[in-house]
Amino acid sequence: MAVKSAVDKENNMNDDLIIAGKAYHSRLLVGTGKYKDFTETRAAIDASGAQIVTVAIRRTNIGQTAGEPSLLEYLPPEEFTYLPNTAGCYSADDAVRTLRLARELLDGHKLVKLEVLGDPKTLYPNVIETIAAAKTLVKDGFDVMVYTSDDPIIAKQLEDIGCCAVMPLASLIGSGMGILNPWNLQIIIENATIPVLVDAGIGSAADAAVAMELGCQGVLMNTAIAGAQNPILMASAMRKAVQAGRESFLAGRMAKKLYSAAPSSPTTGLIS
Amino acid sequence: MKIMINGKDRHLDGENMSISTLVTTLNLTGKRLAIEKNGEIVPRSQFDATALRDGDTIEIVGAVGGG
Repeated sequence: MAVKSAVDKENNMNDDLIIAGKAYHSRLLVGTGKYKDFTETRAAIDASGAQIVTVAIRRTNIGQTAGEPSLLEYLPPEEFTYLPNTAGCYSADDAVRTLRLARELLDGHKLVKLEVLGDPKTLYPNVIETIAAAKTLVKDGFDVMVYTSDDPIIAKQLEDIGCCAVMPLASLIGSGMGILNPWNLQIIIENATIPVLVDAGIGSAADAAVAMELGCQGVLMNTAIAGAQNPILMASAMRKAVQAGRESFLAGRMAKKLYSAAPSSPTTGLIS
Repeated sequence: MKIMINGKDRHLDGENMSISTLVTTLNLTGKRLAIEKNGEIVPRSQFDATALRDGDTIEIVGAVGGG
């Protein structure tokens, strides 16, 4: 029965990720940057099983665009849920402006990823500007998934503002350093009534599984897949790691003991 | 008429050019994009009705790969 219920959890709607009222069976969200070409982008995203993909909003190339392929042709917005981001924004005003353009670009699409960065060297979030932008965007009707530091107080404030998901970093964007402060993540998860997703810093499949075992509702990554030697194989590994971590979390791990006086094999019937 | 598009000055022939005509002139017909005129978003439904004036600042953006 245990196996059946775990498989059910994986396959049916009982364990969907719910973001802003919409259900997703995949708990892995992926970025679309840093791939060698759009064919590789598409193949990696297919291997990841992701349904939500982040995109950046940038100035269109003027003059040399005729016939140039676009990301949207490879990842049709009808097939994926687009999550436009504010990567590269260092102020609340720039972030809000970018996402209003994204909403126009994507025909009124409301689900967005807010990130306001503090400095170009570390890409550490500026939480003061993030909070200001979140307030404006929520008032303006956006469903805001917000990237932030792993500070539990800030995470709670962003929830109170009305964000639909809070996404603390595991470690710095693009660093691949994994989860640096699992204890803070645990506090954030324990206090939250909205989904908590780890965003940024994941390096390997093990990191993604640990994030899910901590009780995260999902994981968002880009470089961990696009920066792997074999991005498509890594995308597949991440898909499995997120599923495995989720099932492990739901199953409930055994208690840790320094040593066990109860071996797994019978203590009687030994040959003498 | 001189306008700034995506941070660069451009000279356009003729007066009373609409945003729609600008999109065609720039070979962007059919592309999914969003446009700001002087800091205000111009909804796609208003492209025909919105005229450009000398000195306008235009931003044209699209979706690209990102994390």
